[in-house]
Amino acid sequence: MSAAAVSYAPSAPEAGVELSGVGKKYGSGEHVTEALRGVELTLPQGEFVSLIGASGCGKSTLLRIVAGFERATSGSVKVRGKPVERPGPERGVVFQDYGLFPWLNVADNVAYGPRQRRLPAAQVTSIVDRFVKMVGLDRFRDRFPHQLSGGMQQRVAIARVLANDPAVLLMDEPFGALDSLTRQTLQEELIRVWRELSPTVMLVTHSVEEAVFLSDRVVVMGGGPTHGVPGHVTKILDIDLAHPRDITSPAFNDLKRELLEAIHHPTH
Amino acid sequence: MKKLLWALPVPAMILALWSFAVSQQWLTLIPGPFEVLLAIIDFSFGTLYDDAYSGTLLTHLFASAGRVLGGFFLAAFSAIPLGILLARYGRFSDLVEPTLGVLRPIPVTAWVPLVLIVFGLGSHSAIILIFIGSFFPILINTLLGVKRVPQRLIEAAQMLGTSEREMLYKVILPAALPSVFAGMRIALGLAWVVVVVGETVGVPNGLGSVITEAREVSRTEIIITGMIFIGLAGLITDKLLVNGVRRALGNSPLLPN
Repeated sequence: MSAAAVSYAPSAPEAGVELSGVGKKYGSGEHVTEALRGVELTLPQGEFVSLIGASGCGKSTLLRIVAGFERATSGSVKVRGKPVERPGPERGVVFQDYGLFPWLNVADNVAYGPRQRRLPAAQVTSIVDRFVKMVGLDRFRDRFPHQLSGGMQQRVAIARVLANDPAVLLMDEPFGALDSLTRQTLQEELIRVWRELSPTVMLVTHSVEEAVFLSDRVVVMGGGPTHGVPGHVTKILDIDLAHPRDITSPAFNDLKRELLEAIHHPTH
Repeated sequence: MKKLLWALPVPAMILALWSFAVSQQWLTLIPGPFEVLLAIIDFSFGTLYDDAYSGTLLTHLFASAGRVLGGFFLAAFSAIPLGILLARYGRFSDLVEPTLGVLRPIPVTAWVPLVLIVFGLGSHSAIILIFIGSFFPILINTLLGVKRVPQRLIEAAQMLGTSEREMLYKVILPAALPSVFAGMRIALGLAWVVVVVGETVGVPNGLGSVITEAREVSRTEIIITGMIFIGLAGLITDKLLVNGVRRALGNSPLLPN
């Protein structure tokens, strides 16, 4: 980890997420597929960044690398200055298919992380109370996942990672399986929760509108094995709109147009 | 209570048909329901006939149940850990699975002569046969259950701070439980089949020996009595297993009602 020692400057505030020269190859010998190459991206603490791009551009892979589910084959990945080696509770992941434990009810799913951290029972209870309330599921705390709608299950999944007080929230198309009304409600609630707790957020999405509605910055990715080029960052766009954002405003639409342009006609 | 009412018409119909068939002399070798009822009472309490079967129910029931539970738990305690190991460790699986693949299709009945030669006549052989019969359903279901634990749940547990060491107890076993449990229920049902086979030779007690010997002395009402008690015993042990697992593991939504 000598690279970490060199690039780490004690006087500078630690970045929430710091990716430098990140690449990912699968397979070996002649059958190597290069999914990602040379990704440089730094998220200051508390920033909300969306990753967007066509299927196969490696955005989910990048998220999984930050989560620690996969290892980068080159470059360095740091969260709050510490190299990522394996999954950990300081990096909460919200999956598209929720990934709730079906044998645990809502309260026990949320309590899972705090219990893993061996917190005293009273503290676990107050954490569970707080986050179950925060996602509006107080009346459903004794229900099991299969008794809840998709939107409610995703709320539980969000509460479950928030209960670990994560430095980084990693979301892989979290609202992709939900109907558009539920999706909208959850987007608004995510913004509310993010402003209250200010974790660094990395969100992978297919929806340009979602990216513009939620993010401080949108990272556009392109390439991918089917294009003959490894996945890479093609554009980074700042979204300087105040919350709550009006999705029908001209400024909002200008940003959407700019992003769509970048996704479909990458300049490099 | 309402369920109980719904359960009654079918047995009532069977009894009526049976009774009618006997009275019309369509069935000449089989006694009527009333005769069997008397046999059941005498077998249970010994107040009517005072013969070799009178009041012997508990002796035979406990003998059979002891063998069933002995063989069954022996199978569960070996097949569940083995299934987990086979599902989790590819190399171990390469080593053991081909052998198990050959052993599995051998029916329990084909094991009877060999088991009798090795273990001799008696309770031991019955227990060993029940063990063999119960072993594979539990093993296969445990193996599949563990293999089919969704990768997503393992990832979720990892990012919530679960170590590799804890993963087995925290995620894999709870997630595989429905399958393991289904295997145990199948095995327990099968154990009651095998106990009857095991008790046909060389044991003086047990419900299986009761119906075998009753045939030799042409006591058909005792055969039917024995069959009814085997059915009831199987039902009761299944309920006990379901309730026991529920009590041990809490009210998991993954378990049947």
